[in-house]
Amino acid sequence: MTEHTNKQFDAEMESIRSGVLAMGGIVERQLRRAIGALERDDDNARSAAVAADEAAINQLQVAIDQQCAQIIARRQPAAVDLRMVLTVSKIVNDLERTGDEGKKIAYKAAETRGSERLARMRHYDVSRALDHATTMLRHALDAFARLDASAAADIVARDAEIDAAFASILRQLISYMMEDPRTITPALEIVFVAKSIERIGDHAKNIAEAVVQVVMGKDVRHASLDEIRAEVARR
Amino acid sequence: MRMPMSLIDVPIAARQTASPADASPSTAPTIAIRNLDFFYGGFQALAHIDLDVAEREVTAFIGPSGCGKSTLLRTLNRMYSLYPGQRATGEIRFNGANILDASTDLNLLRAKVGMVFQKPTPFPMSIYENIAFGVRLYERLSARRMDERVEWALAKAAMWNEVKDKLHQSGMALSGGQQQRLCIARAIAVRPEVLLLDEPTSALDPISTARIEELISELKADYTIAIVTHNMQQAARVSDRTAYMYLGELVEFGNTDQIFLKPARKETEDYITGRFG
Repeated sequence: MTEHTNKQFDAEMESIRSGVLAMGGIVERQLRRAIGALERDDDNARSAAVAADEAAINQLQVAIDQQCAQIIARRQPAAVDLRMVLTVSKIVNDLERTGDEGKKIAYKAAETRGSERLARMRHYDVSRALDHATTMLRHALDAFARLDASAAADIVARDAEIDAAFASILRQLISYMMEDPRTITPALEIVFVAKSIERIGDHAKNIAEAVVQVVMGKDVRHASLDEIRAEVARR
Repeated sequence: MRMPMSLIDVPIAARQTASPADASPSTAPTIAIRNLDFFYGGFQALAHIDLDVAEREVTAFIGPSGCGKSTLLRTLNRMYSLYPGQRATGEIRFNGANILDASTDLNLLRAKVGMVFQKPTPFPMSIYENIAFGVRLYERLSARRMDERVEWALAKAAMWNEVKDKLHQSGMALSGGQQQRLCIARAIAVRPEVLLLDEPTSALDPISTARIEELISELKADYTIAIVTHNMQQAARVSDRTAYMYLGELVEFGNTDQIFLKPARKETEDYITGRFG
């Protein structure tokens, strides 16, 4: 992108952009901790770090949103700049929610460990789904960093895989619960975790759609995947 | 030097009989510009411009200094014909005729296509006379009808309440913003179909600017308006369509919402986002 005549404006735009990437990095770290919590029983070592990152994420959300408001008030951005500012403001909300889901999973993991029968599921299916969602988030942030609309469209496609994983986990858990009532309490906790993972996938999808909007100037929320791909291909 | 207003050089012969005092124009003016070239002597200032100024809409011309936006505006009432060595070729169709034709009656044209300039240019006369002066060139009205016309024009320009008690004071004594609205009232008083505004608020403070912008939105109901402005946010606020010009060419012309959210051309985006040169 060509530089603004006013270099200070450039610096402000760069600041919100890099702020999103920094915030995304912390959220991703939080999700990695959540994966660790599903796989290993070492909660004490983890919880202080989870709380510290949660605070950092919240702080960045407020700070970046404030910067966006200042840019709108002082610069009256237009066209691609306006789309970028509006999008950043949306993305920081999705990132903050994603961080919340990560925190919830990390804290809840202890309660999912009540049953040995569910251990394999927890270690394998659930943590793999979370890993998948985390990768999706990272790719969404990469697409944002490079303003790559076609990469963003691919991420939208991957959300369906996470939704499918969620449905599959749910089906398995229902089988366990019917078979052995002692698994009900930990299984319900795993349901909540799986729901959180499904939500993380949705937030990553929102971020990817926001990237398409910055690049293409077209709101693709609620559009079908085919419509999004067609829009990106028009470029 | 620019003439303060087109009416000044209207000869007596151009007077018409009075038409009914109804407020709104009855015809449907759309100005269709086709393949317009413009030359200042040997210098080509506009190159093959194609553009429609839609009826009862505000069309804004934006672009850096020297891009030809004021030149384009000045072709629409042939203001340039006041100056030797300036000429336009192509077609500007208005009310069924090409106004670039030699046969065009410039006085009639300028009554139909009024113009307001960057600096307020009230005549050194009373507020009342500022309005009545132009009207008398075109119409013979009784004193009562003239009073009505003056009040109507000042009311249209949203300044009747401010000046109704001092109609016989000098127009020069008004504030800058009021002077500019007086000029707009003066242009409206001869009941044109089109209003050309050349940087109408660049010499005004923000409150006067907001009043003029509000006025433009109101006048749109009755008039076709073309405005040249250096203030892009102003174009975004007041216009329905925006034309971005650069080096005498029309780069992009589209709905204002589209131009300011997602322009089709990169040159337009660079200009409106402040990435220029």
